[in-house]
Amino acid sequence: MQLTPDSFTPVTRDNAEQEILRPSLTYWQDAWQRLKRNKLAMLGLYIIVFLLLAAVFGPLFSNTSYSDQNLLQANRPPSSEHWFGTDNLGRDLFIRVLYGARISLAIGIVASLLNFTVGVAYGGIAGFVGGRTDRFMMNVVDVLYGVPVLLYVILLMVVLKPGLTNIFIALGIAYWLQMARIVRGQILVIKEQEYVLAARTIGAGKWRILLRHLIPNSMGAIIVTMTLAIPDAIFTEAFLSFIGLGVAAPMASWGVLASEGINSLRSYPFQLLFPALAISITMLAFNFLGDGLRDALDPRMRR
Amino acid sequence: MLSYTLKRILNAVVVLWFVITITFFLMHAIPGGPFTGEKNLPPAVMKNIEERYKLNDPLWKQYTDYMVNLGHLDLGPSFKYQGRSVNNIIAEGFPVSFQLGMNSIVLAVVLGIPAGVISALKRNKWQDRTIMFLTTLGVAVPSFVLAAALIHVFAIKLSLLPAAMWSGWKFQILPSVALAGMPTSYIARLTRSSMLDVLGQDYIKTAKAKGVAQYVIMYRHALKNGLIPVVTYIGPMAAGILTGSFVIETLFAIPGLGRHFVTSIYNRDYTVILGVTIFYSFLVVALNMLVDLIYPLLDPRIKLGGKQEG
Repeated sequence: MQLTPDSFTPVTRDNAEQEILRPSLTYWQDAWQRLKRNKLAMLGLYIIVFLLLAAVFGPLFSNTSYSDQNLLQANRPPSSEHWFGTDNLGRDLFIRVLYGARISLAIGIVASLLNFTVGVAYGGIAGFVGGRTDRFMMNVVDVLYGVPVLLYVILLMVVLKPGLTNIFIALGIAYWLQMARIVRGQILVIKEQEYVLAARTIGAGKWRILLRHLIPNSMGAIIVTMTLAIPDAIFTEAFLSFIGLGVAAPMASWGVLASEGINSLRSYPFQLLFPALAISITMLAFNFLGDGLRDALDPRMRR
Repeated sequence: MLSYTLKRILNAVVVLWFVITITFFLMHAIPGGPFTGEKNLPPAVMKNIEERYKLNDPLWKQYTDYMVNLGHLDLGPSFKYQGRSVNNIIAEGFPVSFQLGMNSIVLAVVLGIPAGVISALKRNKWQDRTIMFLTTLGVAVPSFVLAAALIHVFAIKLSLLPAAMWSGWKFQILPSVALAGMPTSYIARLTRSSMLDVLGQDYIKTAKAKGVAQYVIMYRHALKNGLIPVVTYIGPMAAGILTGSFVIETLFAIPGLGRHFVTSIYNRDYTVILGVTIFYSFLVVALNMLVDLIYPLLDPRIKLGGKQEG
């Protein structure tokens, strides 16, 4: 081995070597990476994004409206002019399904947001305050849990008169229990973690701890519950429409379109096919995404 | 155990009381009352009707009267059908609904559990994938769509089975299948995930290491424990089948209680809505209570008297 003076020159400091190779990931980035690997969940996400875009922008590009009637064109099968055919009043079904997407998705999303607000507030307070308050609040939830919810949604709709706002209200009142239970459970666990203790030691107030630590850290479970609440709400709305308690004509959700389609099933089965497909695909998409989110956001739950 | 049972029964009673009270006041919160729709009756007639149905009494009196009548299992008269009581309507419609519901429950259990077990045993093989695909569809397709599809294929295209009415076993097949679709899928998925859970447990490994035969492991060790969570689904399943029966009975023109309920909603026949809601709630609450009482007997790991978590 030859030793030259060159061998003893100090190595130049190379900053590149010291850089951390893997960027540190936040919880959400990590979850996103896990979600991206889940093909079904991503498929669900793409379908949902597509549906949302179609629902928001689709109707803008057509010159016919969902309520335009043309009795000469009634009950036409699908064609290049009417992609999904027309209904018994000659209204274009493709346009009606697009508009239906607006209403059905809006129902799903608003119901889920109402769930979020009521459930998180209720469950958050119960879990955070604890003690007797918690016991009382959760007893109330237990009692309500024994009530067959759908019956009460029906009852509320009978009392409130059918209509979009009232569907929101009925679904919001009916479906927050699950969320309240989940949030409370999460908060009870997180409350005992060291960083909450640390926050308390340095003098963080109750509300700051609740809003900055407890709720953000329960977000994973909350988002999963919200995602899975959307198809539930769409389903319930379809059911309500079927028994005549849905949105009022000429507005039409997918549920209304499907139950109209059932009436003409014998002669024009395509009138049921498209709204039914729309409902089923949406249900699948949200369920896939919800399951994927559950795996991505809560690694412990993974099998 | 005794205190747990008592606590559970007390809980059920509170739920029922709550349900009845809410239902009663909701029904009476309707502006105008049940007869306002009837094309402007003369005031005298209106007064007589109100007298007859005691609508003039103060609300609390109507409430206590209703509760007392309920104590005698009397749900009052129908507003729309002269001379028929709600009891009468329930007695007439419920046996049909019960038959339909039982068919579906049996179907769901007989198909759902084996499907779930096969799926768990053949995890990620084609059997599992097929079953998972079908059950995913089963959960995603609303029952009325499934029913319509069944009618279209088996009644209209193939003319194999009747599309409506209720007179004989042939008439029961399509509605029972349509109603069973969702619970079957749900039971299959529940069984699968709980079986996978159980099959990963140490005692299964121990049994295998001891050289216990595969089928003994399956039946004696895995299945018994794997089916416990399925029992908890009985309550929600009953509720789902009830509400599903509204749709299915209406679609197939089956003269059951579900269809009566939907008709009474269309007719705004308040006492019938009120009575049937209470009747159904009673069924669901009783079933839920039963499940909660049976559950600890099946699964000794559950502590009695402790806090029940859902």
